[in-house]
Amino acid sequence: MHVIIENGRIIDPANQLDCVANLYLADGKIAAVTNPPDGFQADMRLDASGQIVCPGFIDLSTRLREPGQSRKATFKSEVIAAASSGVTTLCLQPDTSPVIDTPAVAELIKELANKAGYRQILPIAALTRKLEGNELSSMLALKQAGCIAVSNAGAPVTNLLILRRAMEYAASHDLLLIFRPNDYWLGNKGCAHEGAIATRYGLPGIPDAAETIALAHCLELAELTGCRVHFGQLSCKRSVIKIQQAQKYGLAVSADVAIHQLHLTENDMIPFDSAYHVLPPLRTEADKQFLRQGLASGTINCICSDHQPHDVDAKLGAFPETEPGISSLETLLPLTLKLVEQHAIDLQQAIAALSQHPADILRLNKGALTPGLPADICVFDPEREWQVNPSTWKSQGCNTPYWQHTLKGRVTHTLQAGKLIYRLHEPA
Amino acid sequence: MSTNLQLNAEGKLKHFLSIEGLDKTLLTEILDTAESFIGMNDQQIKKVPLLRGKTIVNLFFENSTRTRTTFELAAKRLSADVLSMSIATSSTSKGESLLDTIRNLEAMYVDMFVVRHGISGAAHFIAQQTAPHISVINAGDGQHAHPTQAMLDMFTIRQVKRDFAALRVAIIGDILHSRVARSQIQALNTLGVAEIRVIAPKTLLPAHVEKLGVTVCHDLPNGLQDIDVIIMLRLQKERMTSALLPSESEYFRCFGLTEQKLKIAKPDAMVMHPGPINRGVEIDSKVADGAQSVILKQVSNGIAVRMAIMAMAMQKQGRVA
Amino acid sequence: MMNPLAIDTLLTDLETDLKQKVSQRGLNNPLMIGIRTGGIWIAEHLHRQLAISEPLGLLDITFYRDDFSQMGVHPNVKPSQLPPHIEGRDIILVDDVFYTGRTIRAALNEIFDYGRPKQVLLAVLIQRNGKQIPIQPDCYGTCINLDANQRLKISGPDPLAIHIETSSPAP
Repeated sequence: MHVIIENGRIIDPANQLDCVANLYLADGKIAAVTNPPDGFQADMRLDASGQIVCPGFIDLSTRLREPGQSRKATFKSEVIAAASSGVTTLCLQPDTSPVIDTPAVAELIKELANKAGYRQILPIAALTRKLEGNELSSMLALKQAGCIAVSNAGAPVTNLLILRRAMEYAASHDLLLIFRPNDYWLGNKGCAHEGAIATRYGLPGIPDAAETIALAHCLELAELTGCRVHFGQLSCKRSVIKIQQAQKYGLAVSADVAIHQLHLTENDMIPFDSAYHVLPPLRTEADKQFLRQGLASGTINCICSDHQPHDVDAKLGAFPETEPGISSLETLLPLTLKLVEQHAIDLQQAIAALSQHPADILRLNKGALTPGLPADICVFDPEREWQVNPSTWKSQGCNTPYWQHTLKGRVTHTLQAGKLIYRLHEPA
Repeated sequence: MSTNLQLNAEGKLKHFLSIEGLDKTLLTEILDTAESFIGMNDQQIKKVPLLRGKTIVNLFFENSTRTRTTFELAAKRLSADVLSMSIATSSTSKGESLLDTIRNLEAMYVDMFVVRHGISGAAHFIAQQTAPHISVINAGDGQHAHPTQAMLDMFTIRQVKRDFAALRVAIIGDILHSRVARSQIQALNTLGVAEIRVIAPKTLLPAHVEKLGVTVCHDLPNGLQDIDVIIMLRLQKERMTSALLPSESEYFRCFGLTEQKLKIAKPDAMVMHPGPINRGVEIDSKVADGAQSVILKQVSNGIAVRMAIMAMAMQKQGRVA
Repeated sequence: MMNPLAIDTLLTDLETDLKQKVSQRGLNNPLMIGIRTGGIWIAEHLHRQLAISEPLGLLDITFYRDDFSQMGVHPNVKPSQLPPHIEGRDIILVDDVFYTGRTIRAALNEIFDYGRPKQVLLAVLIQRNGKQIPIQPDCYGTCINLDANQRLKISGPDPLAIHIETSSPAP
């Protein structure tokens, strides 16, 4: 199948491209940029005038709730949400039910992905069996079954000897550790940032030390074991500082941040509104500014959605009793563009944070519009406004603080391996 | 706390969930209304027909004989029908959700829930979810608020001291876990006292407590200088086992209110305690039973204040369909 | 516009009517109860004139009003003061103006909550038009009819005075 995407503004940070030009696709791969290959005949023309054409987004942290929690969401519903968000590669967190700690679960995921018609769902393997922090999982078998990394999925690993051994083992199979730092004791059943707002509302608090201490442990072990580590979903200033220092020191570490942490703080929380209940919690304005700076300077170079759809009951209750998490695939692009609008980062950095850098970290041959690479493409209208409501929302989980908000930035076409998996059907 | 939730369209009290979001005028109105119910204590017939025919359900998810009985008495003195439920033993422990419990009771045409729950935000949640004609009174939710206790404390202070403006108030003890303290601080600030001082070891103070509008002191002798009102908080036994304090005796040595320490405060300082008292832990018996103590007055004021709050919250109620 | 009424005449007429009815109905050692606030001023006068030795009972009907759910709780209520034994007593209930009848209904409800009297005689200074409940005074100083834009205003206790207030019609 030959496709031309015409007249769009092509932004491809990996190739330092930013110009209005045509993009040519053939047989599921990028064929050429600007000038068509000889004898190119288009089977499909997509008009991208006034829009931006960029590599499809690679989301480092998502939960599709299958297997095991289909009450909350299914592959079927969530891949539509992903496709409509311009996301062409999804990394699946291992805390499914059962946990992704055996190749059988990884195979099941591949099957579910194929059935849903969305091939690029990359499972992340659990670091330890059942994520309990006691025994190693079969990391090699999991890697061979298609897992692209190992992770603790935010579950604390209390025994540092076990963490060390797990990291050594992962390193020996050249597996990336995606680590979400969280100290078990300091995290202490909290549900909000330990600060002025939690104090006022009597909410059990989580100090940022719960994150930074676990981060520090893992950094030391990264040096000791030589394991490549990517820190997931940072939430505070002192985490950014530690990553900065570690990178300066020469450690091969990287980090991402969930998009909502770049916009929301404890002050934005509507009192007791469970839509704002997330882990790690929304912290202070100072933390938010530092996370933004970290992104601008490159200390943090990836943005993820940290998509966690929930059923209605999960969010219905007194705040501490509700389940944390935001359904966030569909707000990923507009909120990232808002950062650009607010001059936190520029448009090229934004797109790189969603595509090029995640691809680099996962060592995937993607995230760029280089000829020969798979044609994973996102076309979006940066000016188009839309309201988050039942007619526009695709995810089964409606748990978002942005419900009924009007956002700017809408995907119009998404292609995965050259196949059009999404097209916007709303009148302008 | 969104004022909209606690007030109805005319700006009158509908739910009583927290002091936050209520202004000085409304708090004063509660105190004045309670004043009229105090007179009833002297009457033979300690009852008025204000809430006759109304059904009030005491939903207590946390045990508390003392608070539950004062709410029961208050409701009965307003001639309401009262149903008291201790949920610890009923169906919710079998997995019935909070929401289902509420819905089942609503189906029996009740008019008001008085809720005590171990989780912060529970009363707020119930108020948001419950049918529009039902009022919710918060009898204490987690560590968040205990607004009726704060109001009876304010009433007692006003009885003795008359005017709030020049008062220096010390709150001593486990502020971290205290919903009473949080509500008292909000009420004292709204009513405009001169200073609120919290006195406690660092382990018993929540993060950024000064942002609540208080000054912080870690030592009792300094903290008690020039104080007009002393509010002692109860110290729970669990604090010792969670490594927040070494022992009761050490706590008493540093923060216990003895006759000696009481002398540091103003000579006419009043001593308060929301109860129940731990004699010899936070307060010496001689002080608890002494001339400056108003602890028992707080208890008897509790009924009148709760009557006032319940009566005000039930105003302008629509008819059940 | 305020028109004063001749209050001394009204009081005298009421007193005469009351004494006659007391004798007619055979009240024995009656307890006199005045309704706050205006009724108490009238009752104090009658209490003196009839030389009743037992202290005047004071009734506050705020909590018994039937319009609680619309009007709400009124702060600054003073408690009622009645003697301990209402059971079997003869009662003279006194108010300043009898209008809709609801005040008297509330007063009766409250008195009966204290105990079951033998009989209640109702004495009011002025009975006006506008009755809404099937209750009526047993004795009164006078009966008057007021227009829709007129109302009675009593002031006191010293000097005690009663006026008809006429408000100009709304533009």
